[in-house]
Amino acid sequence: MIPTQFAYVAPTSVEEALAALAEHGDEAKILAGGQSLLPVLRMRLNAPEVVIDIGKIDSLREIRDEGDTISIGAMATYAQILGDAGIRDSLSLLHKAITEVADPQIRHRGTLGGALVHADPAGDCGAPTLALEADLVIQGPGGERTVAATEFFEDLFTTAVGEDEILTAIRFRKHDGWGSHYEKFVRVAHQWPIVSVAASVKVEGGTISEARLGLVNMGSTALRATATEQALVGQPATEDGVRAACDLAAEGTNPPSDLNGDAAYRSHLATVLTRRAVLKAAGSS
Amino acid sequence: MTRIELKVDGATVSDDVEPRMLLVQYLREKLGKTGTVIGCDTSNCGACTVHLDGRSVKSCNVLAVQADGAEVTTIEGLATDGELHPVQAAFHECHALQCGFCTPGMIMQSVDLLKDNPNPSEAEIRVGIEGNLCRCTGYHNIVKAVQTAAGQKTEA
Amino acid sequence: MTATQDAPTTEPRLEIGRDRRRKEDQRLITGRTKWTDNIQINGMLHLAMVRSPFAHAKITNIDVSEAKASRNVVDVLTGADLAETQGVLINAWPITPDQVTPTHLPVPADRVSFAGEIVAVVVARSQAEARDAAELVDVDYEELPAALDLKEAAADTVLAHPDLGTNKSALWKFDSAEAGTGGDVEEAISKAREGGVVIEREFRQQRLIPAFMEPRSTVVDPTGEQLTMWSATQIPHILRFALAATTGMPESKIRVIAPDVGGGFGGKLQTTPEEWITVAVARRTGKPVKFTETRSESLMSAHHGRDQWQKLTLAAEKDGTVTGLKVELLADLGSYVSLVGGGVPVLGAFMFNAIYKFPAYHFACQTVLTNKTWTDAYRGAGRPEATFGIERIMDELALELGVDPLEVREKNWIKAEEFPFTTVAGLEYDSGNYEAATAKAKEMFGYDELRAEQKQRRESGDKVQLGIGVSTFTEMCGLAPSRVLGSLDYGAGGWEHASVRMLATGKVEIVTGASAHGQGHETAFSQIVADRLGVPFEDVEVLHGDTQVAAKGLDTYGSRSLVVGGEALVKATDKVVEKAKPVAAHLLEANVEDIEFKAGSFGVRGTDAAVSIQDVAGAVFVAHNLPDGMEPSLDSDATYDPINFNYPHGTHLCAMEVDTETGQVKMRKYTCVDDIGNVINPLIVEGQVHGGLVQGIAQALWEEAVYDDSGTLVSASFVDYLVPTAADTINYDVGHNTTPSLTNTLGTKGVGEAGTIASTPAVVNSVLDAIRQFGVKDIQMPCTPERVWKAIQDGTAGATEDTVGAAAAHFDPATDGEGQSQRHDGNSSEGAGQ
Repeated sequence: MIPTQFAYVAPTSVEEALAALAEHGDEAKILAGGQSLLPVLRMRLNAPEVVIDIGKIDSLREIRDEGDTISIGAMATYAQILGDAGIRDSLSLLHKAITEVADPQIRHRGTLGGALVHADPAGDCGAPTLALEADLVIQGPGGERTVAATEFFEDLFTTAVGEDEILTAIRFRKHDGWGSHYEKFVRVAHQWPIVSVAASVKVEGGTISEARLGLVNMGSTALRATATEQALVGQPATEDGVRAACDLAAEGTNPPSDLNGDAAYRSHLATVLTRRAVLKAAGSS
Repeated sequence: MTRIELKVDGATVSDDVEPRMLLVQYLREKLGKTGTVIGCDTSNCGACTVHLDGRSVKSCNVLAVQADGAEVTTIEGLATDGELHPVQAAFHECHALQCGFCTPGMIMQSVDLLKDNPNPSEAEIRVGIEGNLCRCTGYHNIVKAVQTAAGQKTEA
Repeated sequence: MTATQDAPTTEPRLEIGRDRRRKEDQRLITGRTKWTDNIQINGMLHLAMVRSPFAHAKITNIDVSEAKASRNVVDVLTGADLAETQGVLINAWPITPDQVTPTHLPVPADRVSFAGEIVAVVVARSQAEARDAAELVDVDYEELPAALDLKEAAADTVLAHPDLGTNKSALWKFDSAEAGTGGDVEEAISKAREGGVVIEREFRQQRLIPAFMEPRSTVVDPTGEQLTMWSATQIPHILRFALAATTGMPESKIRVIAPDVGGGFGGKLQTTPEEWITVAVARRTGKPVKFTETRSESLMSAHHGRDQWQKLTLAAEKDGTVTGLKVELLADLGSYVSLVGGGVPVLGAFMFNAIYKFPAYHFACQTVLTNKTWTDAYRGAGRPEATFGIERIMDELALELGVDPLEVREKNWIKAEEFPFTTVAGLEYDSGNYEAATAKAKEMFGYDELRAEQKQRRESGDKVQLGIGVSTFTEMCGLAPSRVLGSLDYGAGGWEHASVRMLATGKVEIVTGASAHGQGHETAFSQIVADRLGVPFEDVEVLHGDTQVAAKGLDTYGSRSLVVGGEALVKATDKVVEKAKPVAAHLLEANVEDIEFKAGSFGVRGTDAAVSIQDVAGAVFVAHNLPDGMEPSLDSDATYDPINFNYPHGTHLCAMEVDTETGQVKMRKYTCVDDIGNVINPLIVEGQVHGGLVQGIAQALWEEAVYDDSGTLVSASFVDYLVPTAADTINYDVGHNTTPSLTNTLGTKGVGEAGTIASTPAVVNSVLDAIRQFGVKDIQMPCTPERVWKAIQDGTAGATEDTVGAAAAHFDPATDGEGQSQRHDGNSSEGAGQ
């Protein structure tokens, strides 16, 4: 219950934080909302020598409507995002997925940026970020760069953010006119998803014209169900219409086996949950 | 050691703490606020729930240094002038506690829930306290207590 | 002091039966609680345990030098250092004379026999520094093959303790033909094979963890004349006895205090290595010492429960009349025979026949040692396992016969007019009415309507199927009758003690040997005393849980506090009244034969003259004017030892929706009608039922202690040991039917375990009932969506596969290091992370 000793710095600007990272290198760990990091430190699964708390950098908490896009500061808390009307209306998938993150206390502290950089493939946020084709803004010693969500998640707990970099914002294109649904499957409410599906679907005249699907806990990173996305195009938004396409949902995935279900069961779940998510997103169920 | 100063249950306190000290440890060990308890190490149980600047947080999941300059309310600061908070009174009235270990966290979370949603449905209450584990009551009477605190009529 | 008062015009309201709000609540809802971990004493030292990561290994070397040199470390102790000073942990219930019992040292010196066993202890000035130094203790192990699977262990393929030569600890048998309580079961089975029905099933009782919310904590202060131990325990008295018996300290030099204790459920009915170590270190250093476990430590090293294979053979006639029951159990003890240990499955021996009139019965239980955490009592202890077995197989009989599960039960249960009834297991059930409880439950539940809906869903091929599960349970509780316990070779009696002190101010202090940890004794016992002595409820103070205050007692478990401890209290209050009568007669200048005691007042028959019990107490206190030769005290003690258990029963009905596409189950409705005799406080009773139900439901659906192939507990945190939340549970319909118990004067029966005992089979039966049409015969607990879905696919096979022994990575300690997760990649956090 007690972390190992560490030094603590709390920069008030991104520049200061980058300087601290540069100084301490891989001995440092960035503390965002801390809702995943602190349990890791308490159980001594990680023992950084320096913790860089970026919670005092106010600029990282901003949520900005930029016209066609909404930029969410990496340190915006879940509670803050849930309270944002623009996100609720134009990024409803993200809103719905975040209502399912952990519990209210965690949502008061936890941050979208922290979750994405933590990159637990069972986290709720990776799949909608993928499905909504967000761009992730990363700042490093060499300045700012933008990485597409599809390039961001590299492996289990590994992202495109380098050791000397910080994720500063996540930029989402507005999905006005798209239907969305986040279908989460758990055994008890306080556990990570066994599998979840984030679906964003555009329906024109009863036919699906575009679909974006993110899968949670179906591999070592959050994944897109691309085969299903493609097969859905042109299908009627009905149970029978989407069934064959959704049966492809587990294609190309590599789900884990653990005490909540083996890989085969997860693959099956992915198909059922994808069908349900698509139909709900399309307003057909 | 890092110097912190914060307000806890209305009183200003200041201490030099190790950065690794958790807020819950600070409350219990330095301030004797032992009403707030530790039930797990994975932040699942919610027994350590307090309000940090007015919002519920799990105090095992916050470093004491992160609470520098903040205002903390614990179960011990909830009653005012000897009057129980309505949620405390409802927990007593509805027999929403047995061993009482989860109770401080459960009450603090229920207070937060009602702040957001003064008239929650049963389902909203159940989801609103999903981050707090209780092993004694089966939650039945806890849900009833939150409904009662919200001024709702409940059956059985 | 003589008083004459008007006769009361209205009868005072009786406290017994009233839904009094609890006295305990005030401190619990305001945070003024005294948990053991709250205790701080000047100069107090803190402990951190170094635990074995291996299930079975030789300790070849322990290097403590670096840890000892660590900042503010006072000492680092190994098993070799502690040697004899540490005492030994006892088994209080050797179930057979030849039981094989490994020596259980708090810190073994040469070999560890489960993952989590303590190999070294760091003593430091702060908890953090103790933990820091614990990381520096370097232990070399030589890994040994581990006995993990219960059935394999029973075959002695790998030995959990090689020096013992076998894993088979004890074989305990009961046979009705031998005992003279019934016929020969083999004969009944052969006959049924000829022209009747034989049902043979094997059920698994998975391993559970009590998971009380307050992690265990112990503080020992060796200063002063008595060594004082505060501990989060259910059993301060038994703990004191065991400490004295094994450490050489005189019992009179040990004071044990169980302050506020945050739940137990049997999990704190234990004497633990951590307690013994804390005592040893406190004696060694002469300083107060504290140890508080983390949740992970608690899940890994506090005792587990259940863990049985149950082989049942039921014989019946073609019309469904049962003729015999044969039960063969394998019970996993884990690595040691703990305090009650093998006694837990033996408690089930008397309950497999349940409420049914089996003419022949045979029970055999083989207890088996393995290299896993030791098992012991968990809510219900032996009776949930038995109830599960019988209520599952009665459903199988109903299915075989093609009749409603309630019908086959009714055909075989003891009828209301047949009480008292001596069962085939030799117990005398004093009272009950299974017909009335069942009728009421069916009505509250809407049984017929739900059956109709089930039929409709089945016919329409609905994706969501409905199942209805039944459990008509009984249990033996009020673990007490000392003679019975003696006949079973239990190492202690089962009586309970109470004292009543009449204070000078008219207030009443009562002292009970029961030791509450959430049950509400302070309230319920106050209600009993208020009625018996006619004093205000508020004027009664209940003291307990401190061996220097409650000098005598046998503590709280087995639904015994009210039915044994409450009865002791009744007897003590009766003595107070009898002692007070001559004083009242003296004060009223009347004959003692003419004194009547009613509602707190001693009156003279046929007159208005009366004196209150408070005034009598005052008169005794000043002792100015007492009858000649009278002892100036009304205080009284009583120790009560019942001659029989009591037998609560009830009918539980569960409606479950099963999503056939995913296997997800969702409880729709749960109704129970319990007969727990007379009720002291209906509010407390309801709370006990709700909580008990959820623990039983959790066994059916969610909870399981899962080990991987190397013997590491995978469900070692609340991330993977799935205790349900409010969002996973529903409101319960709880009703009562009352037939007072005849084994105590209050007419009460135990309630603490009833919900847990009854609900598990009702839930599993409901899941099965929903999907029988797919050819499903059984689903192993917990009925996970994966098992349910696999059962729907192929009938049964996948439904009985063991749980995958791997946790997801997240931040679970079980996934650290050894790579238990089946994920293809490593699981450490990389990069800067946020």
